Amino acid sequence: MAKKRMIQAINEALDGEMQRDKKLILFGEDVEISLFGDTKGLVDKYGTDRIRNTPISETVMSGMAVGAAAAGFNVVCHMMFGNFMYTGFDSIANQASKLRYMTAGQISLPIVYMSVFGGGRSAAAQHSDAMHPLFMNLGGLKVVTPSSPMDAAGLLRASIRDPNPVIYLQAAGRGGELGEVPDEEFIVELGKAAVLRNGEDLTIVAIGAMVRPALRSVDFQKTEGVSIELIDPRTLVPLDKEMIFKSVRKTGRLIIVDEARDTCSAASHIAALCAEECFSALKAPIKRVTVNDIAIPYSPPLEKNVLPNEERINNTVSEILKFA
Amino acid sequence: MADTNFSNDQMLKLYESMLRIRKVEEQLAKDSKEGNIPGAVHLYIGQEAVAVGVCSQLSDKDWIASTHRGHGHFLAKGGETRLLMAEVYGRDTGICRGRGGSMHVADFSKGIIGANGIVGGGISITTGAGLASKLTNDGSVAVAFFGDGAANQGVLAEALNISTLWQLPVIFVCENNGFSEFSPTNTVTAGNIVDRAKPYGTACETVDGNDVIAVWQCAERAKLRASRGDGPTLIEAHTYRQRGHVEAEASFLSKNYRDSQEIESWVSKDPITLFEKRIVDAGQAKIEDLQVISRAMEAEVNEAVEFAEKSPYPDPGGNEQQYMFT
Ligand SMILES: Cc1ncc(C[n+]2csc(CCOP(=O)(O)OP(=O)(O)O)c2C)c(N)n1
Ligand SMILES: [Mg+2]
Repeated sequence: MAKKRMIQAINEALDGEMQRDKKLILFGEDVEISLFGDTKGLVDKYGTDRIRNTPISETVMSGMAVGAAAAGFNVVCHMMFGNFMYTGFDSIANQASKLRYMTAGQISLPIVYMSVFGGGRSAAAQHSDAMHPLFMNLGGLKVVTPSSPMDAAGLLRASIRDPNPVIYLQAAGRGGELGEVPDEEFIVELGKAAVLRNGEDLTIVAIGAMVRPALRSVDFQKTEGVSIELIDPRTLVPLDKEMIFKSVRKTGRLIIVDEARDTCSAASHIAALCAEECFSALKAPIKRVTVNDIAIPYSPPLEKNVLPNEERINNTVSEILKFA
Repeated sequence: MADTNFSNDQMLKLYESMLRIRKVEEQLAKDSKEGNIPGAVHLYIGQEAVAVGVCSQLSDKDWIASTHRGHGHFLAKGGETRLLMAEVYGRDTGICRGRGGSMHVADFSKGIIGANGIVGGGISITTGAGLASKLTNDGSVAVAFFGDGAANQGVLAEALNISTLWQLPVIFVCENNGFSEFSPTNTVTAGNIVDRAKPYGTACETVDGNDVIAVWQCAERAKLRASRGDGPTLIEAHTYRQRGHVEAEASFLSKNYRDSQEIESWVSKDPITLFEKRIVDAGQAKIEDLQVISRAMEAEVNEAVEFAEKSPYPDPGGNEQQYMFT
């Protein structure tokens, strides 16, 4: 094991997969010089046939991924910011997510659409969305939201090797976060949640960048005598429902922390599932800590207030524990 | 440089407008370095002649849409310096009350639809404003400013087709500043951008984007075509992005993507320096007159910074949902 930054772990995973799979190609805007550092150095190693700088043309990029994948290549389509997936949304929503089903399984589409997502850096409304629920709702896409360097690498390898289209969303601005990463190549299977803290009184499910404030809250609550189980689903499609149900049946209380806007958030979906499946175990209403249904503001005090944080999680814990 | 018989006043107005943008942005470069600005800033330094040449043809009833590099367009179209500054500082007195920031400055009362965080985002919006102008029939025109990089978004093809088909009063102004982020334009762009007008039969021109008078004249022709019902024009203005794509880029890029000689050769063709020389050589003003303007612009910027710094941040305790719906 060695401590690595998230972005370095991703870079190494991409490098390893390019090495392993000669049919793997990667393209996107400025992936040669690499804005975030995730694709740094790849072009020097694998050449401009397989690592391609594209024009700013998300519409054709997302569709090109579908065509190249259908024709036998394994594709990483780098979309930079999650909001630019909207610009390339047509081929993701109308083609990638549906083509295998519509053609009765004639093809598989091994594509990873990758980008950063979420706010917190005054990047304003058009660079800050956490749009994973949109992709979850399409049905034919896997949705991956790593929260640690180790998961970022392990899930990326699994995503690239998966024969289906995967949306891989890395928390924006968190590339510098450090974490232990195994030296040998490893895979984190899609659809397996991680229990980050064991607890008895309450379950918190936290997604992507929300894991960090949730961890702080859980550790603080422990000093207050509240024992919280913290689960990172790691992938939202497929979702490790059983792991979440098991925990909620044990604790009887559930908070979901999600950076998506509230309406139809991943939190809403998880809350609905638990309400249906764990009803008799529940001792209190399920609570969601999410983003109000607004565009993410630029000004720091406004943005800070909109995004879920440790304080809001703590308040919600107190609220929920009031139900005896 | 194009020949003119502009009055001394006209020349000095163009000069003042370019210099306002330059001084504002030099301040923002400094602010960004010192960490006074919350978000990213993309500076327009070196391209001022395009915004000023085009916007000097427009009035408040004409529309413009701009880009992530939008301070210049905002100011050239009459947006107020202090309202821009306060916005970039994230203050409640900013033109968008701190909601938008640098990439989203907009003032609809001045026909400024706004800067945009989405590359190519302004192209279709302008086409719609052009449709409205045509239907209103008030002689107004709609102008889309966008970069060479944005020209590679498919929406440009759609906009050229529909605006030509419907003869909309639209002016598409592509500012070819040599770069699409960190990629030199020719590494991501096939052919000449201006030629993209040809298959649609759209009027088109190229212009020296560092020559404010040439831009002014080119925009005048385009505006005339638009307002007499002859439809859109695609203008490709050749200019250069003197600063980085985004301030502070050196802190995260692992290598250089352009050489300093290239930058220097364009700095020697700086639109403001060229224009100063031209005014003075033609005897339309003295150096001292220009210095007066320069000092006035500096004072305006200082006043704007003071205004911004004194302004409160928006109140996070207020109604979060305000402005989402009417
Ligand atoms: C849809 C979309 N894709 C990508 C980006 C990221 N991005 C921001 S500016 C930029 C380059 C734009 O180049 P150009 O249009 O030439 O404008 P310039 O920066 O040169 O003014 C890119 C790729 C974006 N903001 N929006
Ligand atoms: Mg450019």
